[in-house]
Amino acid sequence: MKRKRKYESGAATAFITRNQALRKLQLSLKDFRQLCILKGIYPQEPKKLKQATKGSGITRTFYFVKDINYLSHEPLIVKFRQTKRFMKRLTKAVHKKNDDAVARIKASRPKYKLDHIVKERYPSFIDAVRDLDDCLTMCFLFATLPTSFSVKNRSVQLCRRLTVEFQHFVITSQALRKVFISIKGIYYQAEIMGQTITWIVPHKVGYQQPSDIDFKIMRTFVDFYTTLLGFTNFRLYHSLNLHYPPQLQLAGEKDETETKCLKSEATEERLAAMTQTLKSMVTDNVEDAEVDEFPVGNPDDPDFIEKAKLESEKLNQFQNLFKGKKFFLNREIPRESVTFIIRSFGGEVSWDKSLAVGASYQESDESITHQIVDRPAVEKQFLSRYYIQPQWIFDCVNSQMLIPVEDYFPGVELPPHLSPFVKEKEGDYVPAERKQQIRRQQGIDSGVEEDDGLMDEDDDDEDEDEEEEAVEEEDDDEEDEEEEEEEEDDSDENSDDEEEETPKMSKKAVKKPVKTPKPAKKPKDMAVTPGSVEKVNLNRKVQQQEKEEKRLAEMMIPKKKKRLYQTIVKSQTRRDTKIQQLKEKRKVINRRNKLAKAGGE
Amino acid sequence: MATVAAKRKISPVEEIDINEGVNLFVDEPPDSEDDDDTTDSDSSEYSGLEDEPDTDDDDGDEDDEEDDDDDEDAENDEDEEDEDEDESDVEDSAEETSSHSKPTNQEIVTAEPDDKEGKITQLPDEYEYDSSDEEDIRNTVGNIPMEWYRDYSHLGYDVEGKKLLKPEKGDELDEFLDKMENPDYWRTVSNKLTGQKVLLSKEDVKIIQNMQKFKNPVGSDMYEPWIDFFTNEKMIHPVSNRPETKASFIPSRWEMLKVSQMVHALKMGWMKPTPTRKPDEEDETNFYMLWKDDEEPEITRQYRQYIPPPKVRLPGHAESYNPPEEYLPSEKTVQRLKKEIARGKTRTIPQKFSSLRLVPGFKYFIRERFERCLDLYLCPRQRKVRMNVNPDDLIPKLPKPRDLQPFPTTEYLVFKGHKGIIRTISPDPKGQWIASGCDDKTVKIWEVATGRCIKTFNVESKVKGVAWNPNPSLSIIVVAVETSLIIINPHVGDKLICSKTDLLLNSFEEVELPPAPTDKPKVTEWELYEDAEYELGFRLKIKHQREISQVTWHGKGDYFASTMPKGESKSVLIHQLMKRRSQNPFSKPKGLVQCVLFHPIRPFLFVATQKYVRIYNLMKQSLSKKLLSNCQWISSMAVHPGGDNVIIGSYDSKLSWFDLDLSTKPYHTLRHHTMALRSVTYHKRYPLFASASDDLSVIVCHGMVYSDLLQNPLIVPVKVLRGHKAAKGLGVLDCQFHPSQPWIFTAGADGTIRLYT
Repeated sequence: MKRKRKYESGAATAFITRNQALRKLQLSLKDFRQLCILKGIYPQEPKKLKQATKGSGITRTFYFVKDINYLSHEPLIVKFRQTKRFMKRLTKAVHKKNDDAVARIKASRPKYKLDHIVKERYPSFIDAVRDLDDCLTMCFLFATLPTSFSVKNRSVQLCRRLTVEFQHFVITSQALRKVFISIKGIYYQAEIMGQTITWIVPHKVGYQQPSDIDFKIMRTFVDFYTTLLGFTNFRLYHSLNLHYPPQLQLAGEKDETETKCLKSEATEERLAAMTQTLKSMVTDNVEDAEVDEFPVGNPDDPDFIEKAKLESEKLNQFQNLFKGKKFFLNREIPRESVTFIIRSFGGEVSWDKSLAVGASYQESDESITHQIVDRPAVEKQFLSRYYIQPQWIFDCVNSQMLIPVEDYFPGVELPPHLSPFVKEKEGDYVPAERKQQIRRQQGIDSGVEEDDGLMDEDDDDEDEDEEEEAVEEEDDDEEDEEEEEEEEDDSDENSDDEEEETPKMSKKAVKKPVKTPKPAKKPKDMAVTPGSVEKVNLNRKVQQQEKEEKRLAEMMIPKKKKRLYQTIVKSQTRRDTKIQQLKEKRKVINRRNKLAKAGGE
Repeated sequence: MATVAAKRKISPVEEIDINEGVNLFVDEPPDSEDDDDTTDSDSSEYSGLEDEPDTDDDDGDEDDEEDDDDDEDAENDEDEEDEDEDESDVEDSAEETSSHSKPTNQEIVTAEPDDKEGKITQLPDEYEYDSSDEEDIRNTVGNIPMEWYRDYSHLGYDVEGKKLLKPEKGDELDEFLDKMENPDYWRTVSNKLTGQKVLLSKEDVKIIQNMQKFKNPVGSDMYEPWIDFFTNEKMIHPVSNRPETKASFIPSRWEMLKVSQMVHALKMGWMKPTPTRKPDEEDETNFYMLWKDDEEPEITRQYRQYIPPPKVRLPGHAESYNPPEEYLPSEKTVQRLKKEIARGKTRTIPQKFSSLRLVPGFKYFIRERFERCLDLYLCPRQRKVRMNVNPDDLIPKLPKPRDLQPFPTTEYLVFKGHKGIIRTISPDPKGQWIASGCDDKTVKIWEVATGRCIKTFNVESKVKGVAWNPNPSLSIIVVAVETSLIIINPHVGDKLICSKTDLLLNSFEEVELPPAPTDKPKVTEWELYEDAEYELGFRLKIKHQREISQVTWHGKGDYFASTMPKGESKSVLIHQLMKRRSQNPFSKPKGLVQCVLFHPIRPFLFVATQKYVRIYNLMKQSLSKKLLSNCQWISSMAVHPGGDNVIIGSYDSKLSWFDLDLSTKPYHTLRHHTMALRSVTYHKRYPLFASASDDLSVIVCHGMVYSDLLQNPLIVPVKVLRGHKAAKGLGVLDCQFHPSQPWIFTAGADGTIRLYT
């Protein structure tokens, strides 16, 4: 039997360091990097570091040997070597100032395609859709970058084209679900083939291009992502029976004479405007087939089918949120994002003809229902339409319904814009506005076009009062803890008890008399003062006892689990304090607002 | 000379030169107003030149050379100065051009020319002196190497044949001083022919510098007339007379071969003409249906499961451009966040914008994308199992303290009176009294029920240990004071018992011991108290050799043991009260003994050293067990009344429970205290034990020991008692249970004893 030696199997042979990999593949670091990016190979962290380092224990970047073997069969490596050779020839010719040779050599630049890599990395289409997040964000970013030495015009153009195509797809399939304006950019979330895809589009303002960023890496990523997005678009378009590359339904009808650019550019621009629908390969639009009722369903839930139906109905309603609404954008509005959102939800959009290509109707159109304005006042107003700020669009989408427009009139202080991505767990802090949103969705606050804004606010206040109470209860709890931990202060406890017992409204009134007799309580000469009966709050006592019991039981947690327990408790308390802080802040703000309101009146 | 004059009249070029010279001259000295008007005619020109002999240097032209020289000669002869050939000394490079460009604008070191006189007199004499184009020669030796005259006192001869004497030359020191003091030294040169020193003017220096730079010595002469030597017109005649070669008429053979080769290659299809590429075609990216519907996804990478990149965290309310106000950070937090941004920890500060159009671009957008890219290809990916543990599940299921009553819960009495750290307390076997030993050199007896101090015994030094005799029929306290044990009859309680105790103590008779080996020194000395002290209650004093740290009674009340940590081999002594004798059970030192205890039932002695507890069988005189405490430094020890369980408190804030039947290692280690444990104790009747610590707390635990040997003891902490205050870095120093009630006495460094019931 062969003797088993050290480091001849297991982790020692399964991993390879980066330098070894470079030597094995005969590639420069730059090419290796590019290859890894394209092929989606990333380093590994060996579980048995000592084994993997063959006893030296020096940490390095490790790759799987299998990964590297897999890379070594990649046809791209040949292309990389050709490119290297090509560059040598080219530079030589350039330095010799042999212009003919330069031209000739340049023509023979080795080209490679990444189709096979896309197929390899995403064997099924759904895989590709799932990983679309980074791809989209990157493409949207590159579509807005200025052309420079590090960012080639071709990739910018391609990114622009592909992102527009993708947006068209989202519009047509009505896949958009959530939108959010953050400081970083605008977040969009769409649901495509059951996958939730989120991407960020930067605000359309000038960039500070950082100097210490290796654009080569980004470029490699973008190369791959454009290929991926192109194929994904192709497939997505075909799933909707649309033409790819996209064609506008009304193409050719519009007067081309007014545009001063090339014809191809004009169509591209019109496509990018996103105001028109795409041409379908199938002429007759068949309405979505009714969902057949299957008797199977869920045996536990007899209403399963009913529920599903309700859901789909709700979704349909949501997808046609802006149907029949006609929007007009002022020139200061970020046109592309707002258009994209409105069109995704079935609305119609236009803007001033002089602003950009694709305006379908003018401001004077009487059928316009909403005009989106982002300036303090509008001089000439039409009575037939609402003038609103752009946030309304976003908030409507996030609350999945048309919300009252009063708060969004030009010049009005906007209500906070909430993130739709927050999923409140039990015990989390929920801002009052979010509560209102939830109530609206549930239909409690159903007055879609509410006349009285004040009513709403009053509601809010009550709600906040409740909240305050809740806060106070919690406060008390905390105080309890403190008391137990330190020394029990009777007087404090008493006052607390009183507070709890007295109804909330008269709280302040009670508090004052408690406070005032205090100075009188200090008689200089010794005397017997009539004592008061100590009120014992049984509930409270039980709580206290339980807490103490818990603390004692915590002592008995074995050492093995103690750390875990402590970390859990620590994170919980951290979260709780954060929530508490938010609540307190809100309280202060509410009080201030109330005071301001009272002062104003 | 006449020819020269004529030439000058003819040539307009020269005139310009002269004018220039005059103009330049005007810049320099102030007394030349009339020169400007005189430039028109020759005569006036000359007069001007004569006025200022220093300025005619500017004409560097060859043609003018002679005239200038003439002028100079006229003056120089009068003043007997020389200015010529000064440049020969300056630089070699200068010498090359010196022949035709003669700087003559020199200030002579020795004297200045008399201008006005010259103006009147010299005008007509100008041509008289100078008849040749030679330079002014005062020294007539001619163009010979001057070193020939090196050894002579003269340099040559003047026109009249007289010797020209060498001017006086100072020694090296003079030279040096001159160099140091004279600011113009650097531009002073000596004339080789006359040996005189000549100070170069600024203009001279400029000329020399220009020549060194291979420039026009006079400065740039921009407006020189253009002489068109070669015309741009095409001439019909060749420039050279050489006939064309034959090769230029015959086609190249090699070229022909090459071309024919190419033609052949083209014909054969080997060589293809370079295709004209369309720019669009190259950039065209063709997409097609990569994923076909009916196609099963082929499994490409079987060896490893694909881990999709983790999704980026989605933004919360705080990242909104218009967040709810409570999410906006305070000033302080903003400062902190800014620092964090500088360090690259975070990227955003929550901010509120009143309108969408005011939102600026995000500064770090590209950077964030870049970092994401780096993460994607540089970070190892792992599937992490996130534990979803309910923290309550981690708490062991134990009976509730409520169900384990009775145990002390509230502070009932505070015994005040001591003025120092109370180190030790001991309740009497009936639980009516309690004795305490304090650093204020007193032992006090307190009534438990009222908290009154009944008696105070003053001793010589700080009290380290107090122990009440466990025999209820005796009223005796042993007090450890420095190096001695004092036996006191406190005379509290039943008088009968007190008197009986006295009788018993006095009934002792010196028994003739069997003659002990005399060389062995006595371990202790027993002394009786007399008279006044006897009246106070002091009975016996047992003198030790070292300081005593602890004293403990055997359960029967006859034997007691004392501990001397520094006593080495005599660190533990066992005393017998009735026989008034002491013995040393160990012959060898066992380490730093912390405390000793008697087994409540069997003849065993527990000795706790720093890390171990040894259990000796006193009957067999042998070590029966050694407990490994697993802590750094044992502070105290207590034995369960059943005798099978021991608890140990240590200075590293651990309490270890040993089950002697189970193992020599702790059955359970409790880390309830945060600071050093000072004392541990068992209750005699109830299943309780307690530990006192420097963290000011006394923790009472339920410690049930079952008679069934298979069942492990149940340990449940039931109460944390607080009340003592910190003093001198110490907290609670001793705790003792009431012998019959579930009460506990604690002694603290703050000088109080507290009773919890």
